[in-house]
Amino acid sequence: MATKETMTINMGPQHPSTHGVLQLILELDGETVVKATPHIGFLHRGVEKLAENRSYHKALPLTDRLDYLAPMSNNLGYVLAVEKLLGITHEIPQRAKVVRVMMAELTRIKSHLVWLATHALDIGAMTVFIYCFRERELIMDMYEKLSGARMTSNYFRVGGLSEDLPEGFEQDVKNFIDAMPGHLKTYEGLLTGNAIWQKRTQGVGYISAEDAIDIGLTGPALRASGVDWDLRRDNPYTGYEEYDFEVVTRERGDTFDRYTARLDEMRESCKIIQQCLDRLEDGPILADNPGVCLPPKEKVLNSIEGLIHQFKLVTDGFKPEPGEIYQGIEAPKGELGYYMISDGSANPYRMKVRPPSFVNLQALPQMVEGSLLADVIATIGTLDIVLGEIDR
Amino acid sequence: MSQAVVAKLKQEFSAAVVNTVEHRGEMTVTVNKNDIVAVCTFLRDSAGYNFLCDLCGVDYLGSEPRFMVVYNLYNIETKERLRIKAAVGEDDCCIDTVSGVWSTANWPERECWDMFGIAFNGHPDLRRILMPADWEGYPLRKDYPLQGPDRELYQGRLS
Repeated sequence: MATKETMTINMGPQHPSTHGVLQLILELDGETVVKATPHIGFLHRGVEKLAENRSYHKALPLTDRLDYLAPMSNNLGYVLAVEKLLGITHEIPQRAKVVRVMMAELTRIKSHLVWLATHALDIGAMTVFIYCFRERELIMDMYEKLSGARMTSNYFRVGGLSEDLPEGFEQDVKNFIDAMPGHLKTYEGLLTGNAIWQKRTQGVGYISAEDAIDIGLTGPALRASGVDWDLRRDNPYTGYEEYDFEVVTRERGDTFDRYTARLDEMRESCKIIQQCLDRLEDGPILADNPGVCLPPKEKVLNSIEGLIHQFKLVTDGFKPEPGEIYQGIEAPKGELGYYMISDGSANPYRMKVRPPSFVNLQALPQMVEGSLLADVIATIGTLDIVLGEIDR
Repeated sequence: MSQAVVAKLKQEFSAAVVNTVEHRGEMTVTVNKNDIVAVCTFLRDSAGYNFLCDLCGVDYLGSEPRFMVVYNLYNIETKERLRIKAAVGEDDCCIDTVSGVWSTANWPERECWDMFGIAFNGHPDLRRILMPADWEGYPLRKDYPLQGPDRELYQGRLS
């Protein structure tokens, strides 16, 4: 019997379809993938180590840089974790909670738009890429209005928000969510019935519900395999229990189902954002807890008490009582968890991030082995990974 | 609800459960490291904790045993969380792998090995994952310098 010869090739870390610095070592038999070994870590910045050497307020900007396509979700997970550690979750004012939900859902749309854009581009549909980035730009503009930065927003604070919504912001959001369903129809018109798109996605990258749970998939990737689990509904945080929305699930667990599931998730996000706009009422944006919350800027600039207050919190920080907590949120890509340990000092003793992309990427080999090389590209796209949070 | 599971766990593994702590409504059970696979298998099969959210190490430098391996579990049916911890000493710095219980554990265990130098017995592929393969030292240990080995400490403000 003749021995079968396989060829080993590198895909990445410099490759346009690996969505960053991901390296895959592929063993190929002709065009069929026999074995896929992901290599990660090229973007490792030691975020967890850095956080151990900063006070709680100062570790917040590190979290923007995890999943840089969804910075506000990362901020949200972190501030919720610290608030839980402090035991002040119930003190967060209503307005801050509503704005947090609104921005988290806008962030979900923003992240899903980049996913759709790059996923479609990888498979060869360039028009969708341009359209998605056009809409994403509107959310970037809102980010900029709100926080001054387009990507590293750093807008939420432990205890609430850094500042109130700027003038006219609600109208911007309203205009966006009114237009978004029409845009989604456009994307669907370009892709869903497209024979090439269907051939490239249907049955590709299949994973069953049991395998998905076993390997730890979360988010839309898990729900497309038929598991009805969404942390926003099942372990609600920051007031999600008050909102009315559907958890989008699919049955087949292939790339096409994950595509339609994410599109529908964007529709649900628009629904939630509309409810946020209806609920927005005037009120405080920071908890009334001077031992934790930074004072508003005008107090710092105009009064000695405000300045001392700011100085004291920035130099000394606050000290949560010793203990440990885990806070998981439904980030656009799946469950984003923060496991925090306090030893009673002003710095976190340990901050472990559970990045959804890291765990989801682990499923890649079993999803692509036995399929064609071209399907690897589609499967990386459908998993929606960001190397910033994988490598941390 | 998770109290019931902890009671069941204590009954089943009376010798293995070292202590239980509740903080902010979250249960943490510390177990003997030799029983970790038995405890995890029991929790998956009999208590419904079918999802391993996260696995990580913690370095308690100065206390004995030095390390903790932490398992954050989730039950998709009842939507409940439970945290299991096992202490690992510096001399015998290893613990059995739970990648046979939940396949998820594969990469987080590699990360724990990479960052803390805690070995996982029976792991299918125990290599460094985030650091380069030839890296020396374990960066998340508390005695590992923040600025990295053989470098001057950054002279600007850090915190």
